[in-house]
Amino acid sequence: MERRRFVKKSLTLLAEAGVLGGMVAAANKSARAEPKGYDASKHYYGMGIQIDKCIGCGKCVEACKEENNVPRDVAHFRTWVERYVIEQDGGVVVERVDPGSSGSHEPIPNENTVRTFFVPKLCNQCDNPPCVQVCPVGATFKTEDGVILVDADRCIGCRYCIQACPYGARYLNPLTDTADKCTFCYHRITKGLLPACVEVCPTQARIFGDIDSPASPLARFRRMNKLHVLKPSLNTEPKVQYADLDGEVR
Amino acid sequence: MHTAAHAMLFLLPQTTGYIFPNEAEMPWSLLIVVYPYLTGLVAGAFILASLVKVFNVKELQPVYRLSLLTALAFLLIAPLPLLLHLGHPERSYEIFLTPNLTSAMAMFGFVYAWYLMVVLLLEIWFTYRRELIVWSQGERTVMKVVYRVLSLFSVDTSEESAAFDRKAIKVITIVGIPSAFLLHGYVGFIFGSVKANPWWSSVLMPIVFLFSAIVSGIALVTFLYMVLTTLRRERINMACLDKMASFLFYAVILDFSLEFLDFIHRLYESEESIKILSELVMNRLFFSLGVIQVLLGMFVPLGIMVLIRVLRLDEELRKLLYFVAVILIQLGIFATRWNVVIGGQMFSKSFRGLMEYKAKIGGMDGFLMTLVLLVLPFIVLTVLIKVLPPWDRPESVAR
Repeated sequence: MERRRFVKKSLTLLAEAGVLGGMVAAANKSARAEPKGYDASKHYYGMGIQIDKCIGCGKCVEACKEENNVPRDVAHFRTWVERYVIEQDGGVVVERVDPGSSGSHEPIPNENTVRTFFVPKLCNQCDNPPCVQVCPVGATFKTEDGVILVDADRCIGCRYCIQACPYGARYLNPLTDTADKCTFCYHRITKGLLPACVEVCPTQARIFGDIDSPASPLARFRRMNKLHVLKPSLNTEPKVQYADLDGEVR
Repeated sequence: MHTAAHAMLFLLPQTTGYIFPNEAEMPWSLLIVVYPYLTGLVAGAFILASLVKVFNVKELQPVYRLSLLTALAFLLIAPLPLLLHLGHPERSYEIFLTPNLTSAMAMFGFVYAWYLMVVLLLEIWFTYRRELIVWSQGERTVMKVVYRVLSLFSVDTSEESAAFDRKAIKVITIVGIPSAFLLHGYVGFIFGSVKANPWWSSVLMPIVFLFSAIVSGIALVTFLYMVLTTLRRERINMACLDKMASFLFYAVILDFSLEFLDFIHRLYESEESIKILSELVMNRLFFSLGVIQVLLGMFVPLGIMVLIRVLRLDEELRKLLYFVAVILIQLGIFATRWNVVIGGQMFSKSFRGLMEYKAKIGGMDGFLMTLVLLVLPFIVLTVLIKVLPPWDRPESVAR
């Protein structure tokens, strides 16, 4: 009798666990935005940014806002471009370049200027992402192909991930009240297209591709340049890597 | 769209230097200041109660039940600011159903439920069980049913059952002390474990939170005891008051030492963030940290308590000075929470700029809502005191 009850109880528990597991699997599936025929296990994405090629035109910022329905204000960006002016006396002036304003905003180098450059910024798609670690409900997750995504149907809007991101890459989308950020244009790359910012960059300062594939442009970029990442001491292991990165950039 | 962007420009707070564009909006507002403030009071009040039961500090017996009820009243309101602050409060149940086990925040539901169910409610039930039975016999109205239900239909008023109650209370308190430490230490960990934020990221954070919690809890119960006893036209038990003040004195010293250690450690290590953090302290936080938290919230109350000890002042003057001290301490601890939560969001993670915070007046996370959330626990406490008087018939129970 005792044994029968034990077996019965175990079976019920197992069944319950199965249902729960199914629910979780279904939830995970619904979070995926991959088209049919796409095999995530065959990819692992990264981006390279060649700072010396960036002219600060801001086309990438515009394209990103257009492609991803990012609020058209000055407080929400999936990608943005910073301009650095390093001065003789050690001073550093950093500004965000507004899209479409190139030319009018061009800094005028004077005798005090040592060097100037532009730095495109975006989510670093960390391999060791603090945002994924802290999300209380698992709404932020890493896909099999290495991209960090937010499930807007699951996010509770606690903003802990925004606090945990060392790069300021996240914001609370005022339209959905959920966390939002760069997805590497996941809806495009899973169809074999390039992210919008990479597609429009006139100087090919942004290089996108598979980290593991020896034939990708990213592989060539990684072979030909000395690379660095932002805030390496935090051990976030970014998959966005910079060439010609200046020590003043954080 | 254009006007929205335009309005945004006016709403955006003033900044100095360079901040990342997404940092213009502060993610955690005033409500998140209230949350650690309230949980701190819970933990502190409970620790005070446990001094009576576990450490046998007899002088504190008059505030034992008041401390427990205070802890419960504030614990019931503590999750509200969190809930109201969510972008999607209707999805908050997901934290319980599908918690992400690597998230410090996901543990909130479990820590909270453990503390409420296993510690506070149980201890209060065992403390009041016998009286609930006695009271239900003396009542005729609705209260008779209320007391019967609250006693969970227990009827045993024998001496053996009372002995069991006492034993149970002792065990629960012993479990309760680490639980109270867990409750507030955990809140500190939520901040202390954010490596992206050098103002928060500190291993000392949970411990600093804990001691400031003890300080605030003792100060609150002292305040409540003085006010309520005066309202009831009873005499304040000076032995109890002096004892509370004495514990408060040592707790403030410990709290200050820990915060000072944190300060010195940061200054001495002088890491990459030191420049922007110095600017933060000297500019944005000068008043709330330098003046309110440290000067008014720590130095002045410590001075008052030293004065009381050295000069052996008479009773009336002592009461007055204690009263001033606990109010100042309470103000200081609120400023402490402000300096952590808001202060930690006032500098850019580019370490090149400072932001400002302008609290909204109305709205779900504005100033008025904050006031409501700070008053609500006192209303809950009033109801609790009405239903479970912490002082009636003190002779009927020989504890």
